Amino acid sequence: MNTDSLTAKPRKKLDRATVIAIGVIFAIYALAFVLEQVIPSTSMLFTVLKKGATYALVAVSMNLLNGFTGLFSLGQAGFMLIGAYTYAVFTIPVAQRMSVYQYYNGGVIQFTLPVLVAIALAGVFAALFAFLIGLPVLRLKSDYLAIATLGFAEIIRAIFQWDKLGVVTNGSNLLRLFPTFNDFNIKDASGNVTLHLSTLIPFLIAGVCILFIVMLINSSYGRAFKAIRDDETAAEAMGINLPRHKMIAFCTSSFFAGVGGAMLAMYQNSVQAKYFTTSMTYEILLIVVIGGIGSVTGSCISSFLFVACSEWWLRFLDQEQTINGWQVPLLRNGFRLVVFSLIIMAVVLFFRKGIMGTRELPDLFRRRKPSGKGGAKA
Amino acid sequence: MSQNVLHLENVTMQFGGVVAVNDVCMDVNDGEIVALIGPNGAGKTTVFNVITGVYSPTNGRVSLRGKVIAEDHPHGKMKKLYAAGHQFEYVHTIDYSPDRITKMGMARTFQNIRLFSSMTVFENVLVAKHMNMKAGFFASALHLNGREEARMREETMELLKVVGLDGVWDEIATSLPYGQQRRLEIARALSTHPSMLLLDEPAAGMNPQETENLSAFIREIKDRFHLTVLLIEHDMELVMDISDRIYVLNFGKCIATGTPVEIQSNPDVITAYLGVTEE
Amino acid sequence: MLSTVLPYLLSGISVGGQYALIAIGYTMVYGILRLINFAHGDVFMVAGILMVYITASGAPLYVSIPLVLVTTALIGFAIERVAYKPLRSAPRMSIMISAIGVSYTLQNLVLYITGGLNQFYPSIPFISDTVTIGTTSTRMVTIVTPILTLLLVIALVMLINHTKIGMAMRAVSKDFETSRLMGIKINSVISVTFVIGSFLAAVGSILYFTNYSTVIQTSGSMPGLKAFVAAVFGGIGSVPGAVVGAFIIGICENLIKGLDTILVKAGISTKMFGFTTFSDAFTFALLIIILIVKPTGLFGEKQTDKV
Repeated sequence: MNTDSLTAKPRKKLDRATVIAIGVIFAIYALAFVLEQVIPSTSMLFTVLKKGATYALVAVSMNLLNGFTGLFSLGQAGFMLIGAYTYAVFTIPVAQRMSVYQYYNGGVIQFTLPVLVAIALAGVFAALFAFLIGLPVLRLKSDYLAIATLGFAEIIRAIFQWDKLGVVTNGSNLLRLFPTFNDFNIKDASGNVTLHLSTLIPFLIAGVCILFIVMLINSSYGRAFKAIRDDETAAEAMGINLPRHKMIAFCTSSFFAGVGGAMLAMYQNSVQAKYFTTSMTYEILLIVVIGGIGSVTGSCISSFLFVACSEWWLRFLDQEQTINGWQVPLLRNGFRLVVFSLIIMAVVLFFRKGIMGTRELPDLFRRRKPSGKGGAKA
Repeated sequence: MSQNVLHLENVTMQFGGVVAVNDVCMDVNDGEIVALIGPNGAGKTTVFNVITGVYSPTNGRVSLRGKVIAEDHPHGKMKKLYAAGHQFEYVHTIDYSPDRITKMGMARTFQNIRLFSSMTVFENVLVAKHMNMKAGFFASALHLNGREEARMREETMELLKVVGLDGVWDEIATSLPYGQQRRLEIARALSTHPSMLLLDEPAAGMNPQETENLSAFIREIKDRFHLTVLLIEHDMELVMDISDRIYVLNFGKCIATGTPVEIQSNPDVITAYLGVTEE
Repeated sequence: MLSTVLPYLLSGISVGGQYALIAIGYTMVYGILRLINFAHGDVFMVAGILMVYITASGAPLYVSIPLVLVTTALIGFAIERVAYKPLRSAPRMSIMISAIGVSYTLQNLVLYITGGLNQFYPSIPFISDTVTIGTTSTRMVTIVTPILTLLLVIALVMLINHTKIGMAMRAVSKDFETSRLMGIKINSVISVTFVIGSFLAAVGSILYFTNYSTVIQTSGSMPGLKAFVAAVFGGIGSVPGAVVGAFIIGICENLIKGLDTILVKAGISTKMFGFTTFSDAFTFALLIIILIVKPTGLFGEKQTDKV
């Protein structure tokens, strides 16, 4: 018998790998901050960073639900929509409401909330809707759960476009003029920006939220979620109340999807229901799959890669190129997305574990153990 | 006479036209080891599933220490199909979920091992302690319950030492040899602090030596943790060795009950297992 | 009163039949593979695009129609072979994600090829002709659709119940593993299922786009989703169920679209409630109700899992 086990306390300890991982994360934050001060803010880099951070949060929230608890839900876009609208509706400056809600006489809400409160509220409302939807839907089998949540997302989208609710939602018109990431930049008296914070802020918001999710996954509740994913019947036999725990996972995931929606609003400067389609949910799902279902690190990395490829790096595929007078075939608008889709299909078919599998950042810094975790399965 | 722990009354379980469990009555008393035996397909695991709340019985009542945990009578279509032939008199519909029953002190293992495949040996046993955790969701998520976590982890390690699996605590549960997986499942069930343990074919796939070890093991944990045990088993040596009493099931019906000696010489039991000799 | 309701009823029956043809593909594939083929609606859309391009290249109708039907069937076959077959032993979520990936790919391919512009569907003689029923004038396609749908469904049901391949399909949907052990060529059965489903979707697309006349890469999403709801509503795995579900959805959806007008004309209400926005949402509300009340659908059977 391994005598080490008699003294080994298998508790979570801050081993070297975790410390290195934390260091890496701090370095990334510092780098993002510094870069923003030196590189002109119109660079595509910051688009990728801001949108990447937003998608990272939503992807991690989806991974919590689909990857860690095993609940295949396709309703993410609906909760993002709720979060985006909540944020926008409660932060449009009162003076601007008349022009935004031009068909609804300024709208019915005539006060504003501080940005952080509005963001928190975005999450709360999303979680509230999740609770209501979850009551009938969470006991369904996985395929049916997927379709039911998809259906609910579509219903939510229809409701937010409904004319009769326009006094709150502005109907099918877009909401705008609310505080965005750029408004966090510190300006001097003449309006020039002295300190760029527009990238650091989304990083901070996403970072805090993802930190909570990581802590949750490593807590007893996180273990209960994984048990539900591995074998519901056994989990229930071990005293885990399925409806309650599924609901907790669902509401938590939706809370952060709502916050992600608020962040999306702050990134895009406008909010309109018709853009929160099931295609958006599919994109998030594909991001999660590419990163590795069951890996928070994977979802984060994959989000940035996804946004970088679709917004920045593969752009050249959309431009018509001529080499020595010969027009390169295929390269024109839309080719980028085709190549992208094929890459995704390749990952889904051949690299099912995704980039990270189920590993997290600290695992990258650990030396391989001679036996043990990840060994041959019976 | 020791206190009654588990009481089954006229329990029938019918799936459409198939009567899996037919009007079964059973009692298990404090401190006993009771075995449920019978040919394959006799309905033994179904009885377990009714007791633990996985299925709601078509008819009958199940009580745990006097508290009714399952009761039902045939509804709707079942009224016409009901085959047990016993006047149904169970008025209430009570259906405790498996997790509630486990919280009441009854834990089980499964015929086809159901370990948590993504988790290590340690984590499998640790997760069973979740139900007894005092901290709420936010306290747990924010890691504010450090002391409780430490306690749960210590208890887990202790339990692994008792069952002899502490040497492999960090292995992925499903990578263990079969015999060790079975022991792990038992350890996981024990982790919920049960007063009654249901074991579904614990000796399946074991050789005679392993079975003997298992026999001693069951006796040991029964004494150590003050358990009452109900087990389903095919291995007759094990059954005759450790059981205080035996129930025999065939085609869903209870055909005999008694001590091991009585059962061994019961002609109905012999017929059920070996068939009738042709004249 | 009838004259107010009639046009909506007629378009409901028409679109219901078209949904039915798509729904059959969903229900058959789910019955055999337990897979929600998210890409099926996009296959329907691709059939529409194919017709646009083949006709634009000058081919006469008696060539283009069969060509579209055959090509779409082949596309369905190819998708199964490339994207689903390799994942047959993978966990269920993987194959569903693959289906979503295929859907995404098809949409992006069409977006690339068409440049995102609305494509105009060629006008097919006879079914595009206007016809008057009672007080409403509509297109011939409204009458042809239900008749054609019923004929095709009857043919399909006969195939399933009276042929060897049909029996194989029924066996595989009841028990995949055992069918394999019994020597049934699983790959052939699955391929036939996809071919039939895609063929019917192609027929549906000809009828549908004759009515709606523009095709764009997202044209398959809503009809696909609604057809799937119809399949679930009728009992997933049951062909007659999918057809009944589709007609119910088609009719209700159109009645809701016209509900404002109907209520006003009938004197029940004096203003518009804006129900039209909800005609799509209605389908999903129906889905959720059926999933809660009777998840196995109208004609479905309960299945218990062994523990």
